[in-house]
Amino acid sequence: MTEPIIRAQAVEKFYLQPDGNRIEVIAPVDLDVEPGKIITLLGPSGCGKSTLLRILTGLSKPSSGEVLWHGQPISSQNAGVSIVFQSFALFPWLTVLDNVEAPLEARGVPAMDRHKRALRILDTVGLDGFESAYPKELSGGMKQRVGFARALVVEPEVLFMDEPFSALDVLTAESLRNELLELWLSQKMPTKAIFIVTHNIEEAVLLADRVIVLGRNPARVRADFPIELTHPRDRKSPRFVELVDYIYKIMTQPDLALAVPGTTTTAQKPARQKYQMIPHARVGGIAGLLELLQDRGGKEDLYRLAEDLIMDAEDLLPIIEASVLLGFATLKEGDVEITAEGTHFAEADILSRKILFRQASLKHVVILQQIDSVLHAKNDHSISEEFFYDILDEHFSQDEVERQFETAMNWGRYAEIFDFDRESHRLILAEPVSEPHPPTITPVQP
Amino acid sequence: MFSAGLALFYCVVEVGRNWLGPFTPHVEISRRLAALPVYAGYSLLRIALAYLLSLIFAVTYGYIAAYRPGAERFMIPLLDVLQSIPVLSFLPGVMLAMAALFPGRQLGVELGAVLLIFTGQVWNMAFSFYASLKSIPREMREAATIYRFNWWQRFIQIELPFATIGLVWNSMMSVAGAWFFLMACEQFGDFRLPGLGSYLQSAADNGDTRSIVLGIITMVAVIVMIDQFVWRPVIAWAEKFKMEQVESSSAPTSWVLDFLQRSRGVALFRKRAIRPLREQMVHYFARRQEVRTASPSESPSAMWFWRIVGIALLGGIGYAVVRVVLILTGLRASEFHQLGIGLLATFLRVNLTLVLGALWTIPVGVAIGFNPKLARIAQPLAQIAASVPATALFPVVLLVLIRLGGGLGFGSIVLLLLGTQWYILFNVIAGAIAIPTDLKEAANVFGIHGWERWRKLILPGIFPFLVTGMVTASGGAWNASIVAEYFHFKGQTYSTVGVGAMISAATDAKNFNMLLASTIALAAVVVTTNRLLWRRLYRLAETRYKLES
Repeated sequence: MTEPIIRAQAVEKFYLQPDGNRIEVIAPVDLDVEPGKIITLLGPSGCGKSTLLRILTGLSKPSSGEVLWHGQPISSQNAGVSIVFQSFALFPWLTVLDNVEAPLEARGVPAMDRHKRALRILDTVGLDGFESAYPKELSGGMKQRVGFARALVVEPEVLFMDEPFSALDVLTAESLRNELLELWLSQKMPTKAIFIVTHNIEEAVLLADRVIVLGRNPARVRADFPIELTHPRDRKSPRFVELVDYIYKIMTQPDLALAVPGTTTTAQKPARQKYQMIPHARVGGIAGLLELLQDRGGKEDLYRLAEDLIMDAEDLLPIIEASVLLGFATLKEGDVEITAEGTHFAEADILSRKILFRQASLKHVVILQQIDSVLHAKNDHSISEEFFYDILDEHFSQDEVERQFETAMNWGRYAEIFDFDRESHRLILAEPVSEPHPPTITPVQP
Repeated sequence: MFSAGLALFYCVVEVGRNWLGPFTPHVEISRRLAALPVYAGYSLLRIALAYLLSLIFAVTYGYIAAYRPGAERFMIPLLDVLQSIPVLSFLPGVMLAMAALFPGRQLGVELGAVLLIFTGQVWNMAFSFYASLKSIPREMREAATIYRFNWWQRFIQIELPFATIGLVWNSMMSVAGAWFFLMACEQFGDFRLPGLGSYLQSAADNGDTRSIVLGIITMVAVIVMIDQFVWRPVIAWAEKFKMEQVESSSAPTSWVLDFLQRSRGVALFRKRAIRPLREQMVHYFARRQEVRTASPSESPSAMWFWRIVGIALLGGIGYAVVRVVLILTGLRASEFHQLGIGLLATFLRVNLTLVLGALWTIPVGVAIGFNPKLARIAQPLAQIAASVPATALFPVVLLVLIRLGGGLGFGSIVLLLLGTQWYILFNVIAGAIAIPTDLKEAANVFGIHGWERWRKLILPGIFPFLVTGMVTASGGAWNASIVAEYFHFKGQTYSTVGVGAMISAATDAKNFNMLLASTIALAAVVVTTNRLLWRRLYRLAETRYKLES
């Protein structure tokens, strides 16, 4: 067993609320970054994988636990790391050459030497001839190449990449991935390990020697397993498809701990869910998915669905999770299947859809049930949005509360459970004009 | 080159002789044509000094507010209050104080003028710099940290470039405002200074039409030259600091910048002087960073320094508050009564001015905004008209008013209008241009015409811009009231009821208690109306009437 370069021991991130309540973002995680490997960190959006990356690089401090760099506590001054950013984070007022030279300037490298090293690395990533261009003159792929060059020019021991290809179009991303692999396999860079954060399952299987899957709320390691396929990997090979399917399964079934086909896995037991979290999907997306499933005979493989729709797992999974939550679909073994209610919904007209959605959401969505019962109980049938925030604040982080609020607004207004007045920030009981009979479901207190 | 150097040397000597020379209570203003360039030079010098001071202060203030833990909490609200205080209300107080600080020297009065212009222009610049620092993208900051940028590199390569565009636009606004204050300073009672403002005043005093015209022409020429030789090149250059992902098609250009960039002398200077200097800085700070890394936490002595600064500030503020309260309790009831009436009168006058301004600028502005051909002709003309500081024109307008036989009660409204209508006009034009063509076409398709069109399309469309214009105009009008309500002219004093007149009169009478009380009252009313009225309208404009793409 080789000595890890970076070792994270029980790192944890949480926010303390004024009332002493602790909102956990990352549950205690142990993680080693060993030399000679490409590691990918997968997880649903907003699960805290970027936060974990920032903790591993020393950019941000964990709330507890510690990160060691060759056995010493890590800091941004001692760690030999670079980061390639999703937004490139280039300085638009500096030329390509100046952008790449900047990290060397910070280390006090003399002008001649700086210049030589920057030119050499620009040559390696294929940016010959673009030295004096400004970033805004370049395409997205070229910009990310500058990002690579800037990261590699300091010869980092570990290269961190935060969703490096997700701001690029499909073809550019593909070619850049291949170039990265080529650089890595031909050992043209002195980098000893690469750590990639991504939400693209296929990308993870394509690049990684080791895949770590994070779960959500709070982030915890759901699975951590090696991939021993040789490069270049064939997307059509049975083993490849099997692995992608397997990851889909893990990501869509929060409570499942599956063994990797053919290997053993080290999944940690998930923490108990405290409060129902609604997936961030819009009603239009849910309706679209159900119609599509209906067209395809009611059942489809997740991987195939994502591929055909050219959608990332990040965009597709919330829609599927929402459909499952509302009882419109079920998930089994990486397949999504439409239910009777779902079929009913997909076939209904505009007004009936609203009624069906209303019934489904009052039956399954806790926060909407709570709002509905409060609105009925109050004399003026209205309530401040603060009420809403108060409930959510106890269970989610600030950003997550905002997202929960937005999605619940979208659903609740569509279902005509309530109306939202932006000026007064109040929710008002809506009178569902389109309803033939009053709702038969009595509000349930959780 | 040699003659330019000689000329520069002469200027320095001349300015030094004048400023360090004994205080001359009644500056004789020559109305010869040859004197005009000299006066323009003095005015420019004051503006330049004040601007330099503002820039340094704004950057320091913004930097501390953005980065010192805890500083933000009180520095930003303070900035907000300072920004809405009408600076001219301090003119008398500051001038008296500075003259007392440097007794018998011209320097005091000159510094007073510079200080006043500084207080008039610095706040929005400081706020802009602070806001820019706060809006630097997180990933860009993280890149700087992970690549171990030192303090200097962050400042030069990230913070300053990121803040440049905001700083440039705010500088332009500030300097335009500075002319307004400068003219008022130069004309101010016993402390008048040699400059364009006093030249115009003296010309109007003597009813010398030829000198008035020449003075205004010089004024416009100076402003146009600053635009061409300073702002245009700077704006064109600042284009590269735009945070855009793709190159914009119509970038601003400047012939001066083109000339400079092509010049071999400038290129040589950059290669020989700037680049080696930059290299030195890079190595100096990289070495320092290494040393600092050894002891990363802040040294206790620095912490003590900040603590002492904080305590000293609090102590100073506390002392000032006590003194003010003592002075205010010494005032008689009749004086308070008088103050109340003055405030009310000025309040009504300012708001009447705003209404009058809006009444004519809204139809005209919308007409210009909706008609590109008209806009091409009208906009530059309006810009030149607006660039002439209203205070420079006060003596001239007063001259006309007196000939026509109107009093200052009516005249002051004309004077206020002169200074504030432009803000509304420009904003209305901008608002009318910003109304999307789709919306206009939709209104046509559905046959929405006449008043209905105004109510449904135009007024909501320009609302956010109108509010911005009115806020600025309101601030300007309160400021101008100090010089518009009370005027020395041809040896006589013209005044009307109002708090501005009270401030000026109190200065003339050296009644410090009354001066202080009326200044504070004026500032309080302005800050209150800003909070209660404008801030709310602003929020309404932001939330309800914003045209989002």
